[in-house]
Amino acid sequence: MPGKAFDEMFGHPGAAGTRDVYAPISDWLNGSPLDVMTTRRRQAELFFRRIGITFAVYGDPDAAERLIPFDIVPRVLSASEWATMEAGLIQRVEALNAFLADIYGKQDILRSGIVPEELIVCNPGFNLAMIGKRPVGDIWVHIAGIDLVRTDADDFYVLEDNARTPSGVSYMLENREVMLKLVPELFAKLRIRPVETYPDQLLDMLHSIAPPAAGNAPTAVLLTPGQHNSAFYEHSFLADKLGIELVEGSDLFVRDARVFMRTTEGPRRVDVIYRRLDDAFLDPLVFRPDSMLGVPGLMSVFDAGNVSIANAVGTGVADDKAIYSYMPEIIRFYTGAEPVLKNVPTWRCRESEALGYVLDHLPELVVKEVDGSGGYGMLVGPHATKAMIATFADKLRANPDKFIAQPTLALSTCPTLCDGGIEARHVDLRPFVLTGTNGSRVVPGGLTRVALEQGSLVVNSSQGGGTKDTWVVDD
Amino acid sequence: MLSRTAGNLYWVGRYIERADFLSRLIEATLRLAALPSSYGGMTNAWESALEAAWMADAYAARGGAFDEASVGEFLTVDPANPSSIRRCLEAARANARAVRTALTLEAWEAINGAWLDVQKYGTRLEDRDQLGTMLETVKASMLAFDGAAHRTMLRGDAYWFIMLGSAVERADNTARLLDVKYHLLLPHGERVGGSLDYFQWTTILRTVSALTAYRWVYRDTVKPWLVADLLILNRQIPRSLVSCYEEILHRLDQLSTSSARRGPAHRLASAGCAALDQAKIDGIYSRGLHEFLREFIADNNRLGAAIAEQYLF
Repeated sequence: MPGKAFDEMFGHPGAAGTRDVYAPISDWLNGSPLDVMTTRRRQAELFFRRIGITFAVYGDPDAAERLIPFDIVPRVLSASEWATMEAGLIQRVEALNAFLADIYGKQDILRSGIVPEELIVCNPGFNLAMIGKRPVGDIWVHIAGIDLVRTDADDFYVLEDNARTPSGVSYMLENREVMLKLVPELFAKLRIRPVETYPDQLLDMLHSIAPPAAGNAPTAVLLTPGQHNSAFYEHSFLADKLGIELVEGSDLFVRDARVFMRTTEGPRRVDVIYRRLDDAFLDPLVFRPDSMLGVPGLMSVFDAGNVSIANAVGTGVADDKAIYSYMPEIIRFYTGAEPVLKNVPTWRCRESEALGYVLDHLPELVVKEVDGSGGYGMLVGPHATKAMIATFADKLRANPDKFIAQPTLALSTCPTLCDGGIEARHVDLRPFVLTGTNGSRVVPGGLTRVALEQGSLVVNSSQGGGTKDTWVVDD
Repeated sequence: MLSRTAGNLYWVGRYIERADFLSRLIEATLRLAALPSSYGGMTNAWESALEAAWMADAYAARGGAFDEASVGEFLTVDPANPSSIRRCLEAARANARAVRTALTLEAWEAINGAWLDVQKYGTRLEDRDQLGTMLETVKASMLAFDGAAHRTMLRGDAYWFIMLGSAVERADNTARLLDVKYHLLLPHGERVGGSLDYFQWTTILRTVSALTAYRWVYRDTVKPWLVADLLILNRQIPRSLVSCYEEILHRLDQLSTSSARRGPAHRLASAGCAALDQAKIDGIYSRGLHEFLREFIADNNRLGAAIAEQYLF
């Protein structure tokens, strides 16, 4: 069954036997005939459908409410693998926060010439309104989703830093609930680290960043673009788990340099806003004037120090893929240590030499938009037709600054229940890092995304990918 | 509670109540239309059902025969009819989804389940069996929602706003049902016993599930003025106008204990309650049943608007 890539269960291509950490999973799979597995999968789907977990796919009206496919074979990480990852994730998010505080502040890193100035100041993610601003505790990225891929037993690469409004954590939590129902026997046998503490940690973090004026009992809210947003389910899920109000822009208003929400009992002050709305829509007085989703005057309240916004405005510059290519230098610059997690070698198409190389090697490379996300608008060379490559090459020549290219990584595979039985499918991992004034925390595991089509490397749920529960177990 | 949330919950209550009322109305009409004409079975039973649902104009605009297949489809699954059961459940679910956090998992599942079930029928019904099954399903789902709300929801603003919406809608439905049939409830030309209208009256009672209740309360054969008395002034009947208004006032009281605010909605509800409290069925008949019901419906609409204003929906 193992394919050409490193397999989470079988190890190297051609290796005999299973990796130790997967032994119980292997026994479980061997002891479960296909029909038992498909019945379990149906039970899981029914559960998801009934509780209304759906995900809207943009540009597909028929699929306005689609389930993200869930695979019942878990992805397992050993405690020692996790320890390294956790250290690397916290290091990386610390560096991201220091970087953002710096580029909106003293700009030491630009003066030292490590990152080219025009890459920052001309970056669409660089928000001029934030220059000279200091969020509480100088924390900018409160919630980060760092996408990791594995290519070998000890080789984990960071594929992307999601520093704006990363989503998917509700699937991490719900996947675990479903697995607890489906395979209690495995949970009894293995010591799987719990993820259910995430909502408490998130609430704790939100309270920790409340402005001093909020006093002892700060009020936090979750700001959503509304129920037509693709991740609305997650917004309502989290607000519910946190026990905070799920607000839309029109529920909030600004008066006397404070933000209030409209309630049946009159206005109530809001101190912390966990926003799931992009920067551009937050405040029509400062950003896009046509935004109907935001709160007029919100930024003036932030400037007055009377409200905290998580993540801070302007973090988009840190998840820009051109900036990504400088992350190893950025980590060294701010932490003085070597990066624990590797970066994928990246060609910045804005540099003419790199552009030439990329154009010559398109069939081998993955090319992405620097400010894109969700797997939209990217080219996966090895899976593209000649015509697709030719069209993409034109786009690239016309606007090289907008693109970066990376080698096609041999993403690890994981056993997955497919129509014909258990087969190997490529996976990635998105752990969620929370940072408040009381430090950074990562719940063990994260969201494993799986490309359900054979050989496909695109795991994004907007592109038909599925998810798996992720288990961190003691070695 | 957020005002938008309160508004959504209030409308969840209203739409659920409306879907339930429609299912019962169609069931009662199926029975009435099946009677031989010598027993008062009406050829225009479906026309009258459309009127009771206040959709006669909409149906006329759409065009179609006044028969079970066509009207049944219009009232249940027609996506173009904004008041069909399908659309009511869609609206209830959309409101519930917007405030998913204010509902318990069980209450949400009941609404989402009802919506999923009705989706299965698509936009056409094949036969009477399908119509019957669908109505049963809808009624069961609505009861499931009530049960889930009753058993699992915190007794707080969220629960009270749902109950408030449901009571306002119930009052409206009962009043409209009576108004459409008011001429049948008039006492002139009364023939005790063998009236051809007997089946009309029992249809009204069936629609609000109160036929058995009638017998227990009055221990008498079905008489038109007693039907009106039961559905307007009897406190034991949960769908009577007086019961609805007692509930509305009760819910508004509960809401005001948490917000310590009383407003115009309170005054209107108190006035409505007091008026029903004083009323006698003879007095209503002497003033004119139709006029009474018209006035009631208009007052009830004003109350709805006052609630929206008071709680800033």
